[in-house]
Amino acid sequence: MNIPHIVGASVPRKEGREKVTGAARYVDDMALPGMLHGATVRSSVARGKIKTISFGPGVDWNEFVVVTAKDIPGKNCIALILDDQPCLAAGTVNHPEEPILLLAHADRHKLRKAVEAISIEYEPLPPVHSMEESERQSTIIWGSDNILKRYLVEKGDVDSVWKEAAHIVEGEYFTGAQEQLYIENNGVIASFEPEHGVTVWGSLQCPYYVHKALMALCGLPEDMVRVVQMETGGAFGGKEEYPSMIASHAALLAIKSGKPVKIIYDRMEDMVATTKRHPSRTRHRTAISKEGKILGGEIEFTIDGGAYATLSSVVLSRGTIHAGGPYYWPSVRIRTKAMATNTPPHGAFRGFGAPQSLFALERHMDRIAQVVGISPIEVRRLNFLKTGQTTTTEQTIRENIDLDRLLDRALELSGYNVKKKRFAEENKNGPRQKGIGIAAFLHGAGFTGSGERYLNSLVGVEAAADGVVRVLVSSAEFGQGTNTVLCQIAAEALGLPYENIAIAQPDTTVVPNSGPTVASRTAMIVGKLVQSAARGIRDTLAKTGLLGDEYSPEQFRAACREYIAAHGALKSYARYESPGDVYWDDAKYRGEAYAAFAWAVYVAEVTVDLTTYSVTVDDFVALQEIGKVLNPVLAEGQITGGVAQAIGFALYEKVVWQNGRMLNNQMTNYIMPTSVDLPPIRVFFEELGNVHGAHGAKGIGELPMDGPAPAIVNAVEDATGVRFNSIPLLPEDLFEALFDESADQDVSSPVRGSA
Amino acid sequence: MNPSPEKGAKCEVSFFVNGKETNLHAHPMERLLDVLRNELGLTGAKEGCGEGECGSCSVLLDGMLVNSCLVPIAQTNGASVVTIEGLSTHDLMSPLQHAFLECGGAQCGICTPGMILATVHLLEKKPEPVLSDIREGLAGNLCRCTGYMQIFEAVAKAAQRRVAK
Amino acid sequence: MRADPAEYKLVSPGNLQGVLSLLASEPAQWLPIAGGTDVMVLYSAGKLPIRKLVDLWNIPELRQIEVLPDRIHIGAACTFTTLRGHEIISREFPLLATAGSWTGGIANQNRGTLGGNIANASPAADSLPSLLVYGAELTLISMRGERRVPYGTFHTGYKKTELAADELIQDISLPRKFSGYISHARKVGARNAQAISKVCLAALGQIASGTIRDVRLALGSVAPVPLRLEETEQLLVGRRIDSSLIDAARKSVVDRIRPIDDIRSTARYRSAVAGNLVAEFLEKLAMEGTKA
Repeated sequence: MNIPHIVGASVPRKEGREKVTGAARYVDDMALPGMLHGATVRSSVARGKIKTISFGPGVDWNEFVVVTAKDIPGKNCIALILDDQPCLAAGTVNHPEEPILLLAHADRHKLRKAVEAISIEYEPLPPVHSMEESERQSTIIWGSDNILKRYLVEKGDVDSVWKEAAHIVEGEYFTGAQEQLYIENNGVIASFEPEHGVTVWGSLQCPYYVHKALMALCGLPEDMVRVVQMETGGAFGGKEEYPSMIASHAALLAIKSGKPVKIIYDRMEDMVATTKRHPSRTRHRTAISKEGKILGGEIEFTIDGGAYATLSSVVLSRGTIHAGGPYYWPSVRIRTKAMATNTPPHGAFRGFGAPQSLFALERHMDRIAQVVGISPIEVRRLNFLKTGQTTTTEQTIRENIDLDRLLDRALELSGYNVKKKRFAEENKNGPRQKGIGIAAFLHGAGFTGSGERYLNSLVGVEAAADGVVRVLVSSAEFGQGTNTVLCQIAAEALGLPYENIAIAQPDTTVVPNSGPTVASRTAMIVGKLVQSAARGIRDTLAKTGLLGDEYSPEQFRAACREYIAAHGALKSYARYESPGDVYWDDAKYRGEAYAAFAWAVYVAEVTVDLTTYSVTVDDFVALQEIGKVLNPVLAEGQITGGVAQAIGFALYEKVVWQNGRMLNNQMTNYIMPTSVDLPPIRVFFEELGNVHGAHGAKGIGELPMDGPAPAIVNAVEDATGVRFNSIPLLPEDLFEALFDESADQDVSSPVRGSA
Repeated sequence: MNPSPEKGAKCEVSFFVNGKETNLHAHPMERLLDVLRNELGLTGAKEGCGEGECGSCSVLLDGMLVNSCLVPIAQTNGASVVTIEGLSTHDLMSPLQHAFLECGGAQCGICTPGMILATVHLLEKKPEPVLSDIREGLAGNLCRCTGYMQIFEAVAKAAQRRVAK
Repeated sequence: MRADPAEYKLVSPGNLQGVLSLLASEPAQWLPIAGGTDVMVLYSAGKLPIRKLVDLWNIPELRQIEVLPDRIHIGAACTFTTLRGHEIISREFPLLATAGSWTGGIANQNRGTLGGNIANASPAADSLPSLLVYGAELTLISMRGERRVPYGTFHTGYKKTELAADELIQDISLPRKFSGYISHARKVGARNAQAISKVCLAALGQIASGTIRDVRLALGSVAPVPLRLEETEQLLVGRRIDSSLIDAARKSVVDRIRPIDDIRSTARYRSAVAGNLVAEFLEKLAMEGTKA
């Protein structure tokens, strides 16, 4: 078996040919005979009681399928964690654009007019539109206190450190909502037959989440719900939990009409009605020694969850655990909470709480450096976690990560020291101010604590009589390379060419539940199970004497043929087993939070143009330790894509809210970077391995989202001397801050350097 | 209540799609994108925004890159439209396809048809583009997955190979 | 897609006479559509109340570019790609060619037309400030005949123009007298491409022996109409450029403009940036003036 290593090589994307020829099939490319189109009638108020629903004139309502909450066969909720989110609002609405009614018709245009012909009267209730208002609790909109979830992490004796501190550094940091902006909008097709139940085809990340939600909604057993993932045009978390909602809507219409129903959102609806990244506020109060070491601190982290709990508890969890970053905290108290507001529920978005709390921390580290009078580099060196030390949740770092050296390498790759000197000189003249900033961070891969045990993932591998091996997982491909990497792992485990491995389209009647495609867990955890299951095929054939230790693909094929002729099928399954040494206390929020952390140091070089107050990132270095690079081209693509999205998070992407509703819900006015807006993004990897991951891999999908925003804002402060603690940082914000600095001036006075 | 608006009549449209003469009846204000996808089954062009911002609906109209979501079908009479499906005989397609695959230019793939057409258009006008030409040529095609870096590499590689040929 | 194509009419007479007689017979009932980069966006969003459209895309009379010794006449349906690629336009009217490169990505430049940009009359339209400083003249045509109007007074209010209900813009003519000028254009948007402008400057200047011989300044997105900054120009002509002149110019700009807070930006930001852009241009002019 002299096949060169497949894992670690940049083999071509498994479904790449279809994608570059336009043959790839996304849900809107599909139609079924007799299919109707479905649409959602949504709330126009942020909070209120539904008084009347009128079906206006000019529409023949008999032609339409109409579904209300009363038509829900099972439970009127989108089953997720707390099950507090209704599928259709029954008596009360709690956010703008909340779904109330569903309509279906064969003619898309008649359908749209029918939606417009429905008028709903509400008895308004006082809405809550900000975290702060929610915290005041003068209006209760959720539970008894508006608090969707809270956590408390305590390590050491925080209350005793203040008196020893040479410095006490405080800071408050904000991050805004962010729209995932996958280029393919949310969409599903649902059909219902009394004998088979409900089938849903959709653009989604987690077929089994949708499966679970439909079972509860439709009151159907497991084998009467089928969910199929179509080619998915981007997700980033925006298709983690939301598809359960749109799938539920299509399913209800299909059940009522007996016909297949397609619901595809247009961009305006997708932006205004679906989930966004949770806005956040972090308050740091840190006790620092004379030299700049963290003695201890208090971190208060609050996120805006929107109107229903949905995934806020998990986003909060990750934000909580990452709030201390890659540093050693001898003692810390981390108090976190998710507040309810009357806005569409916020949800999963790459990074999932960590970009928010890490933004605050990495800005705060630069602040600490300033107060102490040392450099941003020094303050990090003094405080980096070392092997053998514990994190804020008291997880011992067992691997030989040397963050000091990682930092050195990042500084060298970016030319940090040379540039810092040069900028100090060049900034004396002219309206263009240059700056350079860094961020050091980590990202835990997989579900927190006992989460993976709870998921109990199952993976299958099946060999056919022609020797083609098929991977059976519910893990969804949506650009990140799942199909490719899992096939590489199977190929390597079996000693077969990559071309001989296929991967089944995720269909809940065909593939087992390998868990949701989230939390940067797929390569690491599912990959390891694929490896086991693939080895299982080999073992089965070896045990029956059909295959030796070494074999050619032809011999493998012959063995499969013979085995299947005798036994009917050749399948092997592997189930997740939690590593014995991972212990997590859910009550105290303490212990081994994640099976593995990836580590990174990012460096951003910016120009601040004082003529236009705009920030351009000129160069970006992304250096990370990720266990093992399974596919260099795909891995690099994940990093550059994540960095680009995070540059958007930092400098461009602002959600403009009006009474809880997104006002700028068009691509013209919600600004993501184009090809002429981004710097060269230079990506470098280190590999320390990982005992818990396939081939030593750690998760990388979300890591690149955590670092760029603070690195950039650190660089902007370096360039301008002005402290910005809120993102997105738009030119208007920069202008106002600079303008405030040079007070007593009207806007006609120059606030820029001159040539 | 307004009386129902007067219905406009359909018109005859006769044009070339991927080299094939195509005749159809359509309302003149049907978007070219919808005609391609729904009438002609050419689903390679995608609707990402409906506003001419994302470029995922890009096609070539008489050799010019356009956003098909902004073209009324009546204006395509007598014209030649090329979609991603029609590129398989174009001499750029093979090196371009390969380059996109090799370099990681396609991740989720939804922007890819439009991106490839924009690239074809660019390389026809500038067979030896420098990076700033590539950036400008693709500025109307949004990609949320790649951060563009590997797309630039793919375009540069395809250009090199075509030139080398 | 929030409009029903069945409710719309689009007729394509294929020649100018056909279009004009339609506009004359039913004034204000027919919306001309050329490349559609504005109209089709409104239509798709369900925000196009007018149901009858007349096609200008295929009217040859509107696509000519006539180069005369002292003027150039640009057909209203010329696309931005055509303008960018035209030798005389890119050499003698670089502000217009540059504005063309700002107007959306390549796909939108291939369809967007100069006439459409003018007739749509958004104060944020990229090409309008350049037409102001070049002293453009519009030929308006109808069944009643032809008339020429100076572009400077064409815009009468927010999205309102002098165009009569039965009229079309036939061509835009520019005097060929700016070869000796220093030109400067800068657009400030939310990103570097495909952005609606927050502030946009088109500027021309002539400097001799350190003194400003002539200066022409126009700004977009800072008022309901694109603005020619005549007061600022008068302040500057005949003067030597120093920092107090630049400050005075900046102040006069801020006094003249009427920017607003909107979904994209703020009035204060626009004011400050408008002043900065003019200051930047004057610094550039001063530098050019010190060269031989």
